[in-house]
Amino acid sequence: MTERAQLLLMRALDGELAGDERKEFERLLQTDTAFNVEWERLKRLKGLTDSVTFRTPPDEIWEGYMDSVYRRVERGVAWILLSIGAIVLVSTGLWEAGKALFIEDDVAWYIKGSILAVFVGGAILLVSVAREKLFMHRRDPYKDVTR
Amino acid sequence: MATEPSERELMIRARRGDREAFGALVTTHMHRAYRHALGLVGSHDDALDVSQEAFARVFRHHRSLDPERPFYGLVYQVLRRLGFNWIRDRRSRRQKLESSGGWLVERQRPPDPSREAEVADLRARLEVAIARLPEREREIFVLKEFEGLKYREIAALLGVPNGTVMSRLFSARRSLAKQLEGIL
Repeated sequence: MTERAQLLLMRALDGELAGDERKEFERLLQTDTAFNVEWERLKRLKGLTDSVTFRTPPDEIWEGYMDSVYRRVERGVAWILLSIGAIVLVSTGLWEAGKALFIEDDVAWYIKGSILAVFVGGAILLVSVAREKLFMHRRDPYKDVTR
Repeated sequence: MATEPSERELMIRARRGDREAFGALVTTHMHRAYRHALGLVGSHDDALDVSQEAFARVFRHHRSLDPERPFYGLVYQVLRRLGFNWIRDRRSRRQKLESSGGWLVERQRPPDPSREAEVADLRARLEVAIARLPEREREIFVLKEFEGLKYREIAALLGVPNGTVMSRLFSARRSLAKQLEGIL
């Protein structure tokens, strides 16, 4: 089916046919069997969708709606503060622990090596995941949908 | 007698962080935002979640509100992105969407009570078929069929040409008609 025929079907179904388009639509209905079949099928679908609508939620929902929006705003701020604080504290703690461990002579070299391996491995994983996320974002078909 | 402030005035105040003005904007548009979210995610709780989060994100960036542009256009851009992410986030969510149901309701009870079960079954099948549509087709289908927007209104809301609206709508309707072939 041509794009023009699809457009006419949609406009006819939604009552948006212009004067000349109506003539063209009626001519196609009379001359093109496939067009006619599609029209009848879509009309039946339209009849079904016209018979239903969105379920309306209870009125009480709307009373607390705005409060819930503000709670979300506050929680967003709280999460940002919490995350920044946690990152600084954990990083400082790890740095200090690492320093103390590596200047300690009683710890065997292979223990020091293993701890270093855990940290390096963790860092590589972190970079890899971040890179993957960035790559996915670049290929995201919805990335043009911005605020 | 004091007149109601216009949307533009409310946006100017909201841009300065005025919660009362932002609240008035939310109150005006929350029903519509909820319905649009419902059309995308298909369940009451998730639609509330998505629509409230959309308003919260707009408020977090209230300084960038542009009073020369419609407030709801901005909210809808955030809402649809959240809705699409919600759907794509987990495969199980798509299954949940298909099985959630109950977000549509018959406009009128059938005159013959013995047909109630049959009509409810038809509605349930329609819900599942809509849930299976690709997100962008479902979005346009819902805006057209259940919100009754005109092509140009949908095009303006989504920032796409009229032709794209019609071709996605045709694709959605054709796919639905195919899925419901046995019962139409």
